[in-house]
Amino acid sequence: MTDLAEVAAVVQPPAPQKRALQTPSQTVGPFYGYALPYAGGPELVPGYHPRAIRFHGTVTDGAGEPILDALLEIWQADESGALSRSRGSLDRDGFTFTGFGRCATTIAGHYTFTTLKPGAAGAAAPYILVTVFARGVTHHLFTRAYFAEDSVLHQSDAVLSSLPADRRDTLICVSEGIVGGAESYRFDIRVQGENETVFLDFDV
Amino acid sequence: MTQKTPRPGTGSASQNEITTEIETIEADAAARVVAGGSPELQPRRDYAPYRSSLLRHPTHELVRVDPEEVERVSPAFGHTDVNVLESDLTIQHAGEPIGERMTVSGRVLDGEGRPVRRQLIELWQANAGGRYVHKRDQHPAPLDPNFTGVGRAITGENGEYSFTTIKPGPYPWKNHMNAWRPAHIHFSLFGTAFTQRLITQMYFPGDPLFALDPIYQSIADADARARLVGTYDHSLSVPEFSLGYNWDIVLTGPKSTWMESEEAHD
Repeated sequence: MTDLAEVAAVVQPPAPQKRALQTPSQTVGPFYGYALPYAGGPELVPGYHPRAIRFHGTVTDGAGEPILDALLEIWQADESGALSRSRGSLDRDGFTFTGFGRCATTIAGHYTFTTLKPGAAGAAAPYILVTVFARGVTHHLFTRAYFAEDSVLHQSDAVLSSLPADRRDTLICVSEGIVGGAESYRFDIRVQGENETVFLDFDV
Repeated sequence: MTQKTPRPGTGSASQNEITTEIETIEADAAARVVAGGSPELQPRRDYAPYRSSLLRHPTHELVRVDPEEVERVSPAFGHTDVNVLESDLTIQHAGEPIGERMTVSGRVLDGEGRPVRRQLIELWQANAGGRYVHKRDQHPAPLDPNFTGVGRAITGENGEYSFTTIKPGPYPWKNHMNAWRPAHIHFSLFGTAFTQRLITQMYFPGDPLFALDPIYQSIADADARARLVGTYDHSLSVPEFSLGYNWDIVLTGPKSTWMESEEAHD
């Protein structure tokens, strides 16, 4: 063995680091009430914003009963399709659109956000990303809320166009027209059972 | 032997029945790995020993899709959102909370071992007696007027975080007869992409309730479960003040199994 080979045998390059493995999820449980909901969480814009929309619905379980201890988060682009890099989701100033909101369901299983209708970000049709946490949900559920008036864009949307029609409809908000001065969109989430909402697993 | 059909909310099963169900599922998960399958990284969504999951899991397979930009970025949080004092749960009231004062600190990392910087961590927990400040928690253990059990922080440049708190107590719940949760702290985390969003629970080493708890055991793979257990680190203990626990958190994404091909990489 030459000296160089000896050196090479001793000075090994560092072994490839084993990829760090995911910390597993656990249910949010029922007792997050003082921790996660916060003042202004459901109001991405104030209700008096001229283009404020109401984004709301009911979360139900496999027996059709309302889930009264769910926590929903939404994350979305602004009206131009841009994702906000602005801080301030937890301490809103009333003017900065951060794109993030959080809302606990009521005892009727209902949630309401006040937000703006998103523009298209990238190739997909406009949508609001909705994340569902609840007692009994061991790992949060992701879904997307699309808008019926964008039906032309839906035809080329990679997710919507891949789904059978009856399941696709679970991802499209019901347009309710102007309610209480704002355009209202209803997005009911059926975690299990008849018309079960399509939930997404992201290939990353 | 006839299998009883589990029903949610009844809470009538014995611990032995629940433990048998847990062990059956764990054996099934282990057999899949022996047969060449990937270890399960995440809890099962349909996990009957945890009765509340019965009507709250989708019956359709999740639809696998490529993330769009919305899912590839995350909301921005910062010190304008969170006061630095919110990471100390022992100074939120006029007096000191009762219990073992402790710190939990560690780093938030992505799957490549890179720090998740300047992101939001939220935490909540029961008090030393195992009671939450929550109207639906009717466990007859005392509330502590000096403890709410809620904290927040923004991770540092190396993904580091640290909370000062008191060690939470175990508490009973109604999943089955004589059901007790092992002591735990709930954590909520954001990564650099919304796909990395995580809510989970951190446990304490050596808890005798681990084998009995259907929430901890909903992660059927023993190695994956162990990632939720903090380690006692004496170097983090502060003389005459607090005991130190370390817990690092890895945010890769929502994928429920680990692919062999991901192991070798630079």
